[in-house]
Amino acid sequence: MKKLINRPEDFVRESLIGMAKAHPDLLKVQFEPTFVYRAVAPVPGKVAIVSGGGSGHEPMHAGFVGLGMLDAACPGEVFTSPTPDQMLAAAKQVDGGGGILYIVKNYSGDVMNFEMATELAHAEDLRVLSILIDDDVAVKDSLYTQGRRGVGTTILAEKICGAAAEQGYDLQQIADLCRRVNLHGRSMGVALTSCTVPAKGTPTFELGANEIEMGIGIHGEPGCERMSIKSADEITEILATSIFEDVAYSRTVREWDENKGGFVDVQLTDPEWEKGDRLLAFVNGMGGTPLAELYIIYRKLAELCEQQGWQIVRNLIGSHITSLDMQGCSITLLKLDDEMIRLWDAPVKTASWRWGI
Amino acid sequence: MVTKEQILQWLQQFASAIAQNKEYLTQLDAAIGDADHGINMDRGFQKVANQLSNFAAQDISSILKSVSMTLISSVGGASGPLYGSFFLRASTAVIGKQELSNEDMVSLLQAGLDGVLQRGKAQLSDKTMIDALSPAVTTFTQIIREGKTTTEAIQQATVAAEQGMKATIPMVAKKGRASYLGDRSINRQDPGATSVYLMIQSLSEVLVESLVTSD
Repeated sequence: MKKLINRPEDFVRESLIGMAKAHPDLLKVQFEPTFVYRAVAPVPGKVAIVSGGGSGHEPMHAGFVGLGMLDAACPGEVFTSPTPDQMLAAAKQVDGGGGILYIVKNYSGDVMNFEMATELAHAEDLRVLSILIDDDVAVKDSLYTQGRRGVGTTILAEKICGAAAEQGYDLQQIADLCRRVNLHGRSMGVALTSCTVPAKGTPTFELGANEIEMGIGIHGEPGCERMSIKSADEITEILATSIFEDVAYSRTVREWDENKGGFVDVQLTDPEWEKGDRLLAFVNGMGGTPLAELYIIYRKLAELCEQQGWQIVRNLIGSHITSLDMQGCSITLLKLDDEMIRLWDAPVKTASWRWGI
Repeated sequence: MVTKEQILQWLQQFASAIAQNKEYLTQLDAAIGDADHGINMDRGFQKVANQLSNFAAQDISSILKSVSMTLISSVGGASGPLYGSFFLRASTAVIGKQELSNEDMVSLLQAGLDGVLQRGKAQLSDKTMIDALSPAVTTFTQIIREGKTTTEAIQQATVAAEQGMKATIPMVAKKGRASYLGDRSINRQDPGATSVYLMIQSLSEVLVESLVTSD
């Protein structure tokens, strides 16, 4: 293993210290328990948006803490969910009186830890709602699996909800908006190589020199199908087709019910897309893939969308949700409406994204 | 009777077993999960082991609760809430106790199992820690109900946990990250079921050893 690290056990901590030194105007870092929060938090009256997850996906989530996006991010160990005490401490730190929305990716660890945090927060009279992101079309059914994973749509939802919070939406409105973004977003990823977790020191899975892994998540876990390497156009076609051909996905998720004061099961189904729909197209690098290759993918994706009768009205190309040093990419398509477009374009100022200001 | 000292020894023994099997658990997890089970469990249980002497003045319920809180705040992943829920619920079953009767032990293990079931929503044969924990608890309860000793019950429970752990090998995972592999999760032993086996085995070793010394 060759990495720019000191000791594997200091990986997360030292990276966060560096971030705090680089962006004192935007964010602050707290340890024991660990969380990153907006320098000006709490913002009085504003709904606070809090997310979190394992480290190793940078810039997600800490790189998105700031104006118009996250109020706090809770980084776990590499590829390991953060713990409820982090999420609770972060919520308390950024609560400006408007309540807190947890945006949670659908991985068993993240879900369980955020559920515990939500229960603890309510026990301390904080107003917290949480919405699950599960947009990964590589997972076909939710009955025999954990359900779809939360991938590319996560940060699109964080941006859109962060802007809504800035504009004075209330907690329930933002939770509904977040759920809507999730239901309209679909993603699919591919790995050309595995990745190496610093504490382990060897690649998480073996992939032959001419093999690729289709339908991966973001933790270096194996995907749904292994195949031989193909051209960028062929790979783009496989990824895009999986998204285009995806049919109404249904699942049961648990959401906090404020009237009942506890979690309830909620049935959700993705709405169908129709010709002429407006899309945000997001080509994401997994950490070890050059930007030039992502543009080659985007070139083909744009062509395919046009052929299908979909209109790309916004795009995002770059490595925003990574898996350490993995080579590969994911495509996320989000069906937009006027409100989402307006919120997407709204000002954002974080360590990673800055526009509109 | 199971004494408070034996409970503390059990936790120490389990922490050592996790440390010794850290690489092994991580390897099992790398095959079907995300290669962190051994690392995460070891981080949490080393913390527990370091704090055991501070817990010693408390009653058994409070010790188990402190263990739970330490695990919840230091393990992360799915194992943190699951093992945290095991010890949290176990603690509520033995409130105020300084030593545990056979019935108390049954309540402790049963409550722990319920905690894991409620948090993780897994069922038998989903290829999770439940596949080792559930048969272990059922066997322990059954042997106690037959009027046998704690030592006999825990030895039988260890055999059941080991069988349950091995039975996960041919299963298709339906929970957690391994579930995304579908049929590719077959022929792999579940890391969570493996750490549960170590937990039950550690308890057995402590209880059997005390029996030998007291002879």
